[in-house]
Amino acid sequence: MAVKADRAPGRVAYINARLLDPASGLDTTGGLLREGEIIKDVGPHVTANVALEGVTVIDCEGLCLAPGLVDMRVHLGEPGEEHKETLASAGRAATKGGITSMVCLPNTEPVIDDMSVVEFVARRARLQGLTKVYPYGAVTKGLAGKEIAELGMLAESGAVAFTDGLTPIKNAQVMRRALMYARTFDLMICQHPEEPSLAMGGVMNAGETATRLGLTGIPREAEIIMIERDIRLVELTGGRLHIAHISTSDAVEVIRGAKARGLPVTCDASPPYFALNEVAIGDYRTFAKLSPPLRDETDRRAIVEGIKDGTIDCIASDHMPQDEESKRLPFANAAAGGVGLETLLPVTLELYHNGHMSLLKALGLISSRPADLLGLRSGKLSRGRPADLMIFDPDRGWKVEADKLLSKSKNTPFDGRLVQGAVERTVVDGRTVYVSD
Amino acid sequence: MVFFPHRHLLGIKGLSHQDITLLLDKADEAVKISRQREKKTSTLRGLTQINLFFEASTRTQSSFELAGKRLGADVMNMSVGNSSVKKGETLIDTAMTLNAMHPDVLVVRHPESGSVKLLSEKVNCAVINGGDGAHEHPTQALLDALTIRRRVGKIQGLRVAICGDILHSRVARSNIHLLTTMGARVRLIAPRTLIPTGIEHMGVEVFNDMREGLKDCDIVMMLRLQQERMHGNYFPSVREYFHFFGLDYAKLEGAKADALIMHPGPMNRGVEIDSEVADDFGRSAIHEQVEMGVAVRMAALEILTANLDRIPQRNL
Repeated sequence: MAVKADRAPGRVAYINARLLDPASGLDTTGGLLREGEIIKDVGPHVTANVALEGVTVIDCEGLCLAPGLVDMRVHLGEPGEEHKETLASAGRAATKGGITSMVCLPNTEPVIDDMSVVEFVARRARLQGLTKVYPYGAVTKGLAGKEIAELGMLAESGAVAFTDGLTPIKNAQVMRRALMYARTFDLMICQHPEEPSLAMGGVMNAGETATRLGLTGIPREAEIIMIERDIRLVELTGGRLHIAHISTSDAVEVIRGAKARGLPVTCDASPPYFALNEVAIGDYRTFAKLSPPLRDETDRRAIVEGIKDGTIDCIASDHMPQDEESKRLPFANAAAGGVGLETLLPVTLELYHNGHMSLLKALGLISSRPADLLGLRSGKLSRGRPADLMIFDPDRGWKVEADKLLSKSKNTPFDGRLVQGAVERTVVDGRTVYVSD
Repeated sequence: MVFFPHRHLLGIKGLSHQDITLLLDKADEAVKISRQREKKTSTLRGLTQINLFFEASTRTQSSFELAGKRLGADVMNMSVGNSSVKKGETLIDTAMTLNAMHPDVLVVRHPESGSVKLLSEKVNCAVINGGDGAHEHPTQALLDALTIRRRVGKIQGLRVAICGDILHSRVARSNIHLLTTMGARVRLIAPRTLIPTGIEHMGVEVFNDMREGLKDCDIVMMLRLQQERMHGNYFPSVREYFHFFGLDYAKLEGAKADALIMHPGPMNRGVEIDSEVADDFGRSAIHEQVEMGVAVRMAALEILTANLDRIPQRNL
């Protein structure tokens, strides 16, 4: 594909593409015209013929043109853990993965519980000029689970939703107040569903495999109890709750029930939980040590079903960089988490390649749906929206190799996996930020 | 004269439109007395009024004291601090002890909801609730109503916003009863954490946004943030509270141009109300409310003591 500089402003027509817009259901051959940072026109009628004077034409040669991906759960090392990941390295990895917006967790140093940190992250990300970064604000001050942070003012300064990130909000009264207070401003609270007293000391899913490996298990009930409790609190308060990275079949069932009762509850899954199970740990592979832990095959299948029937609203990478020193340790001592920015698209596309759903639906899970949950304008191919785009080949195969990842940390649980789906070009606000070589 | 059919004034709940009007009309007369050079009358001469306060108060207690004195009653103040309560006397024993001294009116404030009602069942005299827990503060609602009626000329049909710490507020509850009984439309504006569960069923509309809630309001009642009653946090910080719920000119923009601003006091400037607004004499009725306080308490004392022989106490 011809690579031409198309830095915004200016007018560019991307023609001869398979247009895929999950929000409108558009799946057709055509083109997209952008003017400056904004999508000006899109549809089958945008061809080389309509290109006017002063419009740069980029021929997509039949590749897919879709909204850039929106990743609603990313752990960035910056500020505080720049040796694991920086905004720059995460930005390069994200743009290679087709991600044009990502939402970062507040578990930084300092914690994102103050307006100045929200603004700091936003400003640093703008300077990189790569993927857009939106921060989560902390629900409680210092993530201590005690006092509610200034949710209203944090939201005004740019926090798109609220979570204590890797730390669950343990105290039920604090969670109740947080949901109620957040409802004042119609804000969403996102919870890592794990009852800490049950999970304490555990390093993998409790069960036969853990027993054989001689590792302490985290019972699935740790997740289910927290989700059931929080759903009761939603019932009490009317607050909006989003449950992050669910991993068990019971979680899917409980959330399905809550949705049927009309409660404002949503949830996401992360690729490891529908593409892997605890067998991936094999012989103590610490790259497969995640939080929540990988569960068994029944759970994995239930997560796939939950995605198919809409119980699970969207997919997030749950990107969690860990440097070598944190992972090259006995399994129990190793840090949990896996990087995921560069594998979000191809592993999600496995749902399409395996015949579970259409290409359009799979893409919606990682673009328009998270964008809608967070109230972002991105994630849609329509007139007036930001020109956040991804040109990709859904079928091209490649092998995930940890060493070749652009992320500063290489801890992928998918190392060695053969996947399909590769990004050719990523465009953020009209500017091309990534082109494959 | 129209008859006031209650022995005590324990709350606004249970009072009719007519009862409230009677009290307000009487209070109008009392305003005149308080504005004269000679403020002392003999209406309550020979009667004994005890102000029994289990909770600190300056304005309510002094207002009741002055009201009794202007009507010619003998007024005694008893402030029962926590230390006395710790001596072990129960509320009922305290009531019986006082009752033995033959008072004609007891004015009671207590930190627990329902305690004034309990006490009223054990004494021979008339009892006025000077505020019980987060339940009722009837004379506050009456003085607010009197202030409104004198300024605007009516209560019927007005749109009244009550803003702030509704959860802990007895003033809000009494005002909701009074204003809805008198035909006003009441809105509550507060963060969700300070809105008590199920309050919509009291005939009010709930808002979480000041600008939206204040739109086209005739009256803006601010409440004090009662941090001393808060266990755990209901809002993150004073600066965030003020930013979203403190009354300033910007938030007041949507209200009617001549909207009256009220506050039961004591005010926390820079927390629930901006000084500029509080001190705006054209719009703020805060000092007038204090004056009306003495008047409605005079009215309540006069009306209840006149009833003493008319409505017998049930068996003690």
